[in-house]
Amino acid sequence: MSPEHAFAVATFLRDQRGFDYCSNVTGVDWPVKEVSQKVKVKKLVDGVETEVEEVQKSLTGGYLEVVYHLYSMEQKTGPVILRMRTQDRAEGVHLPSLTPIWRSADFQEREIFDLYGVIFDGHPDLRRILMWDEFTDHPMRRDYVEPDDYEYEPTAHDEVLRKTEAHYANKFGDSAV
Amino acid sequence: MSTTAIALPPGASLTDNLLEVSMGPQHPSTHGVFRMDVALDGETVVKLKPIFGYLHRNHEKIAEDETYLGSMPYTDRLDYFCSLTNNWAYALAVETLAGITVPERAEYLRVITAELTRLQNHACLIGFLMQDMGASGTPLMYAFREREKILDLFESLTGARMMCNYMRFGGCRVDPPAGWLAQTQQVVDAFPRFLDEFENLLSSNEILMARTQGIGIVSRELAINAGITGPLLRAAGVNYDLRKVDKYGIYDRFSFRIPLGDHGDVYDRYMIRLLEMRESCKILQQALRDIPEGPFTDPKTKIRNFRPKPGEAYGRIEAPKGELGFYLISDGSPNPYRYRVRPSSLINLTILEDMCLGHNIADVVIILGSIDIVMGEVDR
Repeated sequence: MSPEHAFAVATFLRDQRGFDYCSNVTGVDWPVKEVSQKVKVKKLVDGVETEVEEVQKSLTGGYLEVVYHLYSMEQKTGPVILRMRTQDRAEGVHLPSLTPIWRSADFQEREIFDLYGVIFDGHPDLRRILMWDEFTDHPMRRDYVEPDDYEYEPTAHDEVLRKTEAHYANKFGDSAV
Repeated sequence: MSTTAIALPPGASLTDNLLEVSMGPQHPSTHGVFRMDVALDGETVVKLKPIFGYLHRNHEKIAEDETYLGSMPYTDRLDYFCSLTNNWAYALAVETLAGITVPERAEYLRVITAELTRLQNHACLIGFLMQDMGASGTPLMYAFREREKILDLFESLTGARMMCNYMRFGGCRVDPPAGWLAQTQQVVDAFPRFLDEFENLLSSNEILMARTQGIGIVSRELAINAGITGPLLRAAGVNYDLRKVDKYGIYDRFSFRIPLGDHGDVYDRYMIRLLEMRESCKILQQALRDIPEGPFTDPKTKIRNFRPKPGEAYGRIEAPKGELGFYLISDGSPNPYRYRVRPSSLINLTILEDMCLGHNIADVVIILGSIDIVMGEVDR
């Protein structure tokens, strides 16, 4: 589903097709991956046409995907699965938010924004939901690297330490520290 | 002469001052490390923002580095009150993904353990709700007394009271020990008497009715649109129970009814849970009567080196707290490429603000209690 038409498609599904219940919203990360495929190609080898196996390499992935599972509570049918892909994994991570259509997407889209870094345009309250606000990375991405100072959280600790050092240096001279 | 005792700053009036209260995470009524930023006008709630993540350990990321079976014990820790239904939801998703069939006896064992889980969850939730309302201890202890009997059954079946880790892909881990089914029969036979006692004490209690009726009303349309599931949805009058809709496992073989509310308030949610427990007892009676002999697990399912074919699956069951779903993507390797939990507790919290607006701060505690959340599942 292309992101430009997503909102219209979703509205149609809810209003005309009765898919009133959006059960699950989730993100999937597909980083760039090299896929090799064995293909049989006809080639001229020493003037004779023969079939040779050749390995063709291609690149796939390089986008974030958002998946919606829709059900109908009235007709008891489903699921219809909607998928949207971002342009890339760095700058073009904007997708339209479907929260105005199904409110159940509210927290789940916030979670995808938090853990995958997809920016949902039109979401009423797009903030981090599980990680703290000062956190900068997106931990569910496949290439996420844990920070070395994993336990580090900004506190006044360093400032206090500097003050203490300065205090002792003033009082007893440098040798005391 | 001014009648106010407190000197207000010029231009200010008593009505436009809102008080911001941070409820939780160490507040005893928040059912775990859950925080709400509440703005109050006097005692009336005008704004409420839920804040969570204190228990976040990125369960989904851990599971991506773990084998399929290795995640099974982790699912116990999601909603630690109902480990057996968590197991089932995950097993169901993997079985859909890999096309595994489950033998008869295992299906019955799953139904029995899941319904026992529902009994103890609902009983305790009502106990917690009463506790939040100020009935310190007594109803909760009545519920815990019953829960203890069920936990004893879990212990003799699985070896653990809460972290059961009982289900496997294609069946269950062990066969019940000798006499277990008879013991379960005794507990199930005695359970309606506890429900009668509970209901006599509580259902027509004046304080309970005064504090819960007309509080936290959710309309049918809002409930559907916000993806609310479980007893909350049915209290709003929507007939949607996955045991009837999806008929996963063998739920099409049992005769039971889905209780529905018509007001969508806290009292309805309380009542729905009581009635659901009675229906669960019916299912248990039928399952215990019909359970066949046979293998408790599919012998063809590989335990070691389990690699499902590439593909994806979404498995969902009616857990006591609502729809619990697992979405898996396999790329053919021994661990899932994507592992997603659809947490019912988290999504049921979406409309917490809508339920609380206009009510007193003391009612927020009751409304939150009636939603039935477990932070292990909300934060994951």
